[in-house]
Amino acid sequence: MKVKEKIETNPQECEAPNMRKSGESGWNLLRYLIVGVLFGIIFVKAEVISWFRIQEMFRLQSFFMYGVIGSAILVGIISIQIIKRFGIKTLSGEPIKIADKEFRKGQVIGGFIFGLGWALTGACPGPLFAQIGSGFSVVLVTLLSAIAGTWVYGRFADKLPN
Amino acid sequence: MEQLIEWIKQPWPWYIAGPLIGLTVPALLIIGNKSFGISSSLRHACAACIPAKIPFFQYDWKKETWNMLFVLGIFLGGIIAAVFLSNPDAIVVAESTQEDLAQLGITDFRNLLPADIFSWSNLFTLKGLFFFVIGGFLVGFGTRYAGGCTSGHAIMGISNLQWPSLLATTFFMLGGFAMTHLILPYIMQWVGF
Repeated sequence: MKVKEKIETNPQECEAPNMRKSGESGWNLLRYLIVGVLFGIIFVKAEVISWFRIQEMFRLQSFFMYGVIGSAILVGIISIQIIKRFGIKTLSGEPIKIADKEFRKGQVIGGFIFGLGWALTGACPGPLFAQIGSGFSVVLVTLLSAIAGTWVYGRFADKLPN
Repeated sequence: MEQLIEWIKQPWPWYIAGPLIGLTVPALLIIGNKSFGISSSLRHACAACIPAKIPFFQYDWKKETWNMLFVLGIFLGGIIAAVFLSNPDAIVVAESTQEDLAQLGITDFRNLLPADIFSWSNLFTLKGLFFFVIGGFLVGFGTRYAGGCTSGHAIMGISNLQWPSLLATTFFMLGGFAMTHLILPYIMQWVGF
């Protein structure tokens, strides 16, 4: 029987956690900026930041977004399988760790609420940043409101069903 | 080189964009053991700027600086794509979607976002209230309640074969369908389209 290594995560802690043990600074951190830049360019060039593309998706009138998300997941699955099977390590030689996602009611209720907002704004959090960058400066208001929404969740997190 | 730039300027097909987005997952893991996730940046912004002694925002956000730099990069990438690589032609929206949206009152199909909605002049109107303020709030509140967004759950979570992420993604989609088909027609009327 395979014994699964339990990764210690505090429930208060981040959902996209930094599993790196050694600290990082300066030039090391710049790498994430560069990955972000490439990612932002892909977002704009594939037009996935378009409000229209999201409408096409929710109206089932174009395969495009399903193709994007589906093929991204496929490449992600294959990549993680390769990493796990071959025990690939990070650049600094640490074993790669990925925290499990545990079931919470929020995935249903919060997920649905996010979906409502996704169809209105035509953006999930990533595209918000790319929309602002590509010249739709008014989306800054949407971003600030999203931060406010996150804050309100944090304020009442212990009172919501979870 | 000229030809390459011309080719890059065209809208990229899904089978190029999707796999490239998927490669972000191993890239972040290999660079520094980071799990792909974007909505967390909104939480870090709260923790850094307005923690207000709320337990949910009491954590070492400085350790997650990478995530803030990642989203800063997405913003800069947006600028680069728009300034240097922008497509000279109008976006091609599916005919049927154009017809549906025209019925709801959208008239401008030239840009990535419809100018009918996304302009500063709409900020202090009902359009701004629904599409920017309420829409943004739902995105921020919902993603954090769900513990992730399209990147953290749909891409990173499902890639790691996590069923809670598949569940979350299912409800992202259900919320989107409900808004698009059941609620949006009423909102469009209320806000004056």
